[in-house]
Amino acid sequence: MLPDTAAKRRVEAVWRIESARLIAGLARATGDVGLAEDLAQDALVAALEQWPVSGVPDNPGAWLTAVARRRYVDGVRRRVTFERKAAELGRELAEAGNPMDEIEFDAHVDDDVLRLIFTACHPVLSRDARAALTLKLVAGLPTEQIARAFLVSVPTMAARVTRAKKALGDAGVPFEVPVGAELAARLASVLEVVYLIFNEGYAATSGESWTRAELCGEAMRLGRMLAALAPDEPEVHGLVALMEIQASRLPARSGPGGELVTLLDQDRSRWNRLLITRGLESLARAASLSGSEVSGPYVIQAALAACHARALTVADTDWTRIATLYRILGSLTPSPVIELNRAVAVSMADGPAAALPIVDSLAGDPALRRYHLLASVRGDLLFRLGRHAEAKADFERAAAMTGNEAERAHLLRRAAACAR
Amino acid sequence: MRVMVLVKASEDSEQGNYADHADEFVAMGKYNEELLKAGIMLAGEGLTPSSEGKRVAFGDEGGTRVIDGPFAEAKELVGGFWIWQVSSMEEAVEWLKRAPLRGTSVELRRIAEVADFEGQLPQDVIDGERRLRAQSGQQS
Repeated sequence: MLPDTAAKRRVEAVWRIESARLIAGLARATGDVGLAEDLAQDALVAALEQWPVSGVPDNPGAWLTAVARRRYVDGVRRRVTFERKAAELGRELAEAGNPMDEIEFDAHVDDDVLRLIFTACHPVLSRDARAALTLKLVAGLPTEQIARAFLVSVPTMAARVTRAKKALGDAGVPFEVPVGAELAARLASVLEVVYLIFNEGYAATSGESWTRAELCGEAMRLGRMLAALAPDEPEVHGLVALMEIQASRLPARSGPGGELVTLLDQDRSRWNRLLITRGLESLARAASLSGSEVSGPYVIQAALAACHARALTVADTDWTRIATLYRILGSLTPSPVIELNRAVAVSMADGPAAALPIVDSLAGDPALRRYHLLASVRGDLLFRLGRHAEAKADFERAAAMTGNEAERAHLLRRAAACAR
Repeated sequence: MRVMVLVKASEDSEQGNYADHADEFVAMGKYNEELLKAGIMLAGEGLTPSSEGKRVAFGDEGGTRVIDGPFAEAKELVGGFWIWQVSSMEEAVEWLKRAPLRGTSVELRRIAEVADFEGQLPQDVIDGERRLRAQSGQQS
């Protein structure tokens, strides 16, 4: 019997709240994230069958845990029976020390969820696999929704999640938060995944829709979770600050026809002040933890975003500070894209003539050969220098390279403006 | 979506009597921690008694009149609020059910987004409204 929609939505809502803790607790007890997820899914199926009839129990987390635990014990028994090794039953359960008894909503829970995040973001997996697994296991999103968000078919996404779970098992990835020197590298892997999810939502690189704000929301939620679970890490707060401030601009990023509105053309009154305030608070927390606003790549990027957020008008923007921050960011994580951004800041602080040599020095960079923003920025500088014919050619080149419809339209409008 | 959670005042909160409610404060602190760890809480504050509050009444023909608190009917007054970011109203309801509250009713309201005004108000009116809001936010 299929549950009606309202009941199903309630079950899904409870699932969003409970699934990460449930899966994390099961993973600690079984030592197997893939098995934990399977057991949790069994519990979800049971909830979808029973709750629409019986109502949502008072403690749905405990209910789901009890069902998953029963499935686990049944599974062990069945396996043992099939193999006709009755003696093993006692030993296997004894070895496990009745691990399911440990699953309680206690102090372990936070650590377990943190372990789950680190495991789902393990570098043994590809970035796409990490993102998919994190959304599935930590955010509690259904596979259909993740598939839609990443513009792939449901079977493709389901296979990606299954493969990722298997890869974790095959690699023998332990269910733990790394310590010591390993922590920094593994944390970077986690933050990378969260920001990848955010960017998938912030700027779709293909298709008609400019923003897929749901993914931004999911990434911010994950970031805030991390900030609460690992409050001493400056880069976590830096990433949260960066996402809050960038998301504050979402209402201003597209015009009435869905066309792109770039940062400097945005109506800043549309920026969400609550998110800006939260972002600046997170940045301040990061800075006070590390003693500096330039301690790591995410903190620096947040400081950059904050320069724009603090400026009520474009004219108020501190471009000299922005150029400096890009220089520091570039020295920490060298990248032609950062250098291109520095060029834009220099053009605003010191004029287009000062920036053009920086942009031209990037022209031969193989990493930027198909990067439409290089041509787009160059077109803008040339336009401001009055070299309209050259600018037009660059805008058209940029338009041909972008995969985003809204952006292509924007670039072609700029090219057309050069001809006037 | 964002929702505002409006918690009603009580006789005790209107009296500023917090001493008898230490246990509730502890429970509420734990609950807020859960909201933070779930990444859904954007803001949350409690309000002081309405005796410290003011009302400004606007006349039909303009003009204003200031009324000092306290205001009658504690149950009609707001005692505190949260702003949550959740995936659905159902999720907000499920979270709210876990709140350590007794003998009160709490209102959940979805916060309007730009899309709610579009098509009903001219774009420049929407933009103008937001500009004012942004400036007041910047000054505080």
